Amino acid sequence: MTVYNEIAQYDDFDFTGYFEQVREDEVCRILAKTRLSVLDYLTLLAPCAENCLEEMAQKAHQLTIQHFGNTMLLFTPMYLANFCTNQCVYCGFNMKNELPRKKLSPTEIEAEGNAIAQSGLKHILLLTGDSRKETPVSYIADAARLLEKQFTCIGLEVYALSVEEYAQLAAAGVDEMTMFQETYDPVAYEQLHPAGPKRNYHFRLDAPERACQAGMRAVNVGALLGLDDWRKDAFFSGLHADYLQRKYPDMEVSVSTPRMQPHAGGFPPKTIVTDLNLVQYMLALRIFMPRSGITLSTREKGPLRDSLAKLGVTKMSAGVCTAVGGRLHKDEVGQFEISDDRSVAEVAAMLSSQGFQPVYKNWQQL
Amino acid sequence: MKNQLNDKLIIGGCEIKSRLLLGTGKFSSDKLIPEVVKASGAHVVTVALRRVDFDARRENIVSFIPKECILMPNTSGARNAQEAVRIARMAKASGCGNWIKIEVIADNRYLLPDNLETIKATEILAAEGFIVLPYMSPDLSVAKKLLEAGAAAIMPLGSPIGSNRGIKTKELIKILIEEIAAPIIVDAGIGRPSEAAEAMEMGAAAVLVNTAVATAADPVAMGRAFGLAVEAGRIAFLAGPGAVREQAEASSPLTGFLHEK
Repeated sequence: MTVYNEIAQYDDFDFTGYFEQVREDEVCRILAKTRLSVLDYLTLLAPCAENCLEEMAQKAHQLTIQHFGNTMLLFTPMYLANFCTNQCVYCGFNMKNELPRKKLSPTEIEAEGNAIAQSGLKHILLLTGDSRKETPVSYIADAARLLEKQFTCIGLEVYALSVEEYAQLAAAGVDEMTMFQETYDPVAYEQLHPAGPKRNYHFRLDAPERACQAGMRAVNVGALLGLDDWRKDAFFSGLHADYLQRKYPDMEVSVSTPRMQPHAGGFPPKTIVTDLNLVQYMLALRIFMPRSGITLSTREKGPLRDSLAKLGVTKMSAGVCTAVGGRLHKDEVGQFEISDDRSVAEVAAMLSSQGFQPVYKNWQQL
Repeated sequence: MKNQLNDKLIIGGCEIKSRLLLGTGKFSSDKLIPEVVKASGAHVVTVALRRVDFDARRENIVSFIPKECILMPNTSGARNAQEAVRIARMAKASGCGNWIKIEVIADNRYLLPDNLETIKATEILAAEGFIVLPYMSPDLSVAKKLLEAGAAAIMPLGSPIGSNRGIKTKELIKILIEEIAAPIIVDAGIGRPSEAAEAMEMGAAAVLVNTAVATAADPVAMGRAFGLAVEAGRIAFLAGPGAVREQAEASSPLTGFLHEK
């Protein structure tokens, strides 16, 4: 039994028909409940629920303050390497893209870590491309050990690993694991990932569960909105998070809500996910899973991030650079264009002005 | 009145000056903490050790807790006894004293404590000389075992952490108050000053409040309201509230004439 068994139950489900029959009074009835079913969650994702967005926002805000207080956890990514063997059609690190490939040496990892630590952040997310040859598990483990002195919480966003490999990384000091399924639709997934190890939909889908089994403390899942029908991917992301939280009650489960930004020359999203769509998704998710984290990246523009802070978000990146060693060499090419290049101090000041305490240190593993 | 003059709360050999214990999570700024402590009169203040940034360039949360307070680190984030013990030892090694609130939670959905692991951690830490205040789901036999294990007070939950739902476990807490020869401190779930007063009227030794104060629109004023409510509830308990009856009872009795001379 894996999360796929739950996802597969919706193979023949008529999402369009379901959304069409949703009425506003049904949305209001759900907002009055204290515990939502998965179909209640789907109802909140229906186009018709857009008419109840303010009511949803009030409820989501109240639940977030109740469970997380007036606080916002800050973190920043560190790109260790951009070698990749995949051909994800939407990704800047696609192996076919001609860009300088590099990986940080131990000295560079420490230097980049020092540059990040200057901001006061104690929570870092390590990323690599998908290359077991260039960035094997031992390389990632060594990086974690080097950074453990400065960072009390180390997250990981790398290629899918086995339980044993996740356990090896947990032993090296890694606390959290992030894995985006990109899209939960197996057919769309296959088209978007024409070659490389990432093509294996199921191995990737079960990776967060393997991280839970390996003794990681937290997992973060999500889809890249826009690759397929966003409402379905939003639904399955919530279903995935709910599955993990039910099966592994001591895990901290979070969901990220990244969306593709249409830009000239880049891979065009299949569907445009508007600001309103994104807000609806985040609110529905918060109301469905009141205690789960919601992570917001710098793919979104600064002013929108400022507004979203009050709509269920619990964790924001800041002082972001998506290039390998980008904090040491400013001219490197990043994985994707960031839309909010504010420093940690600037994001912290924005949060304080909104009545949030910026939290620099996540729960430390002792 | 005599009762009130001698009404002291002693835990771990210390006289606790306020029966309101305060949590420090969820505030919009740690800078509010000294003001809230002052307005509420709280004397024991708890801090999640795993969130304390001891080598922060900025001030860490502990530096905002007034020196006259008793600092009670908590093991929030511990999923089993072993982790709780590790956190407690680290708290002591970091100079946070020997008070510890044990919080062992292996369920992120409801945040309900694991009573068995809590007993194990209490036993180990009390033997090491800690003043141990375990947070627990109210249960008489567990409370007795915690006491045997060396707990200095017992902290049953009123309702799930952060829920502001009040004292849903009232009947079970009443039993603990009647049967356990140690202070019973109602922890978690108290959302309003009136609920804190209710716990005190029931005979609880103290209450611990965090979310209700930290997430109020005006945390300082809410802290004061809780301080007053706890005091009022305690005075009411000592004053001996009148019995609750099913029917109205006339304050001018009908048979009074029988005793007239």
